[in-house]
Amino acid sequence: MNIVVLVKQVPDSGGDRRLTADGTTDRSGGNVLNEMDEYAVEEALRLQAAHGGTVTLLTMGPETAVEALRKALAMGPDAAVHVIDDALPGSCAVATSKVLAAALRTLDADLVIAGAESTDGRVQVMPHMLAERLGIAALTGARKVTVDGSALTIERQTDGGYEVVTAATPAVVSVWDTINDPRYPSFKGIMAAKKKPVRRLSLADLGIAPGEVGVAGASSEVLAHDRRPARSAGATVADEGAGGVRLVEYLTAEKFV
Amino acid sequence: MAEVLVVAEASAAAGVKKVTLEMLTAARTIGSPSVVVFGDEPFADKLGEHGAERVYLAGAADIDDFLVAPKATVLADLIRRVRPAAVLLASTQEGKEIAGRLAVKLDSGLLTDAVAVAPDGTATQAVFAGQVIVTARVRRGVPLITLRPNSLTPSPAPATPVVEPLAVAVTDADRLARVTERVVERKGARPELTEASIVVSGGRGVGSADSFALVEELADLLGGAVGASRAAVDSGFYPHQFQVGQTGKTVSPQLYVALGISGAIQHRAGMQTSKTIVAVNKDPEAPIFELADFGVVGDLFKVVPQAADEIRKRA
Ligand SMILES: Cc1cc2nc3c(=O)[nH]c(=O)nc-3n(C[C@H](O)[C@H](O)[C@H](O)COP(=O)(O)OP(=O)(O)OC[C@H]3O[C@@H](n4cnc5c(N)ncnc54)[C@H](O)[C@@H]3O)c2cc1C
Ligand SMILES: Nc1ncnc2c1ncn2[C@@H]1O[C@H](COP(=O)(O)O)[C@@H](O)[C@H]1O
Repeated sequence: MNIVVLVKQVPDSGGDRRLTADGTTDRSGGNVLNEMDEYAVEEALRLQAAHGGTVTLLTMGPETAVEALRKALAMGPDAAVHVIDDALPGSCAVATSKVLAAALRTLDADLVIAGAESTDGRVQVMPHMLAERLGIAALTGARKVTVDGSALTIERQTDGGYEVVTAATPAVVSVWDTINDPRYPSFKGIMAAKKKPVRRLSLADLGIAPGEVGVAGASSEVLAHDRRPARSAGATVADEGAGGVRLVEYLTAEKFV
Repeated sequence: MAEVLVVAEASAAAGVKKVTLEMLTAARTIGSPSVVVFGDEPFADKLGEHGAERVYLAGAADIDDFLVAPKATVLADLIRRVRPAAVLLASTQEGKEIAGRLAVKLDSGLLTDAVAVAPDGTATQAVFAGQVIVTARVRRGVPLITLRPNSLTPSPAPATPVVEPLAVAVTDADRLARVTERVVERKGARPELTEASIVVSGGRGVGSADSFALVEELADLLGGAVGASRAAVDSGFYPHQFQVGQTGKTVSPQLYVALGISGAIQHRAGMQTSKTIVAVNKDPEAPIFELADFGVVGDLFKVVPQAADEIRKRA
C-alpha cells in the first residue's frame, strides 16, 4: 500500500504569531511541523509496518518547509515531495487544495493521511477539499484506522461518542491526536533523514498557472487586522477558609448565580 | 432583498441548536434569510421566530448514511439555483467540512471562524487563538462563511416561513464514505460544550477521573457544560471530546471557570475569548490568573465544595 502523508510547516503556536502587513501569515518567526501531522506520519508508518508499501510525505510551502519535511522524515518515511514556487505565498485554502490535488495525482497513493487540522489556519477543510477534487472518499477525524485489502474503516469521534465509517481505497483520512503516540526520531533516523530524497515540484511541473494561486489568485482577502489587546488580570483572593464563598459572591454579583 | 442561506444545525434529537438562531440573526443583516434543514422536520415555528422567510427541507435517508459529501451536493445545487448573497454555516467540524467542499464545487471564497458578519458580507474572524482580529471578504463566487457558536446573541424577528421540500439528487461520488455504526458513549442533560453559556473546566490539578465529579457538580449547579485541559484528557480523567484548547474545542461562553488549570498558551487558545473568566488554582503564579477576571488562590478540593454548598444555600 502506498501512503502519502500531508505535512505542513506552521508558526509555533507557543510563540507570538502575527500576520504580515498584507494580511498573510507571518512565517518568518519560529516554525514547527504542524503537531497533528506527526500523528498522521505515525499512523502511516504503523500501516506500512503491517501492510508494506511506501510512505511519502507531501508539503506545499516556502523554502523553510523542508525543515518540517526533514523532521518528519526522521520518524521513518521513505521520501518527500515539496511543492514550492514563488507564486505560492498567500494562497487560500481553495488554491492550496488545487495544488496539493495536482501533486497527489502524480503520486498514485492508495491512502492519503492528513492531520485533522493545522494549528495556524485551524480550518479543517483540506481533507474534504482534496477528496472533492480527486473524486475519492474523505474519512475525517479518525481516532482509529484499520485497513483490510482495499477496505478502509475508521472510528471517528463525535460529540456524544463515535461513528464507524468505511470506504474503499483510494481515500483521504485525517487523524486526531487521540489516534497514537508519535515516535521520537532516533539519532539514526535523524542522520538517515538528511539523505532521503526530497523531490521539488514547481507550479509548471503541475500545470497550474501562477495567477490561480498566491495572493493574486486568492478567493478571499484580508481587509484589516489588529492585535487584540491582552486581557488584563482581575482581582484574586487567597483562600483563607472562605474562598468558595468569595467565588460565589463574585458569580452572584455578575449574575451567574 | 437578496436571499441568504443558513445551513441549520438541527436534529430530531437535539432540536434547533442555538448557533442556527445566531446565524439567522446575522443573516438578517445581509438579506432575506432562508434555512436549509437536513432531515424530515422543518422546525418552521422555531426558525420563523428568528426571521426565517423560507425553509428548504432536504430529507432523504441517503444523506445521513454518509459523511458530508451528499449535503454539499444538495447545497451546491440549491446555491446555483437561488444565487444567495451569502451562505452561513456553523463553525463546527461538519459545518467547515461542508463549506470546504462547497468552496471547491463553486470555486468560491471561504471564511471560517467568523465572530461577526457585516451587511456587506465581510466577516470578522478571530485567528491565532484570538490574538489577532481580522476583517476579511470573499473575492470570488458566493461568500461561504462559518460562524463560531456563541459569537452573538440571537434576537427574535417573527416571520412565517414557506417550507419548500428539496429534490435530493445524491451522486455515487457522494456515497463513498459510509457510516456503518453510530455509538453513543455518553449522553446527559448538560449543554453542548461549544454552545454552552457557562463552561466549567478541570485540569491536571483535579487529580483523577473520580474527582472530576467535583467539576461536574459545579457545572450542573451553574447549568453549564464540562470541559477539560489536555493534561486532564491525556491523564485519562475526562474524554477527549471535552478538551478545550488548540487541539480541542474553541469555546466562547459568558462564563469560563478553570479549576486546577495552569493556563498554558495552547489551553488559552480555546477559551480566551470567553466573556468572563474565573480560576481556582493553588499556585498564585499560574498564568491563568493573568487573564482571569476573578481568581481564588487555593486548593480546589476545599474551594469547590464550599462554593457548591454556597450556591445550594442561595438557590
Ligand atoms: C501543539 C500543542 C497543542 C496543545 N493543545 C492543547 C489543548 O488543546 N488544550 C490544552 O488544555 N492544552 C493543550 N496543550 C498542552 C498545554 O501546553 C498544557 O500542557 C496543558 O494545557 C496543561 O494542562 P493543565 O493546566 O491541566 O496542567 P498543568 O499545567 O500541569 O497545570 C495544573 C495546574 O493545577 C494546579 N493545581 C494542582 N493541584 C491543585 C489543587 N489541589 N487545587 C488547585 N489547583 C491545583 C497547579 O498549580 C497547576 O497550575 C497543547 C500543547 C501543545 C504542544
Ligand atoms: N500547505 C500544505 N501542505 C501540506 N499539507 C497541508 C497543507 N495545508 C494543509 N495540509 C494538510 O491538511 C491538514 C488540515 O489542514 P487545514 O485544513 O489547514 O486545517 C493538515 O494537518 C495537513 O495534513
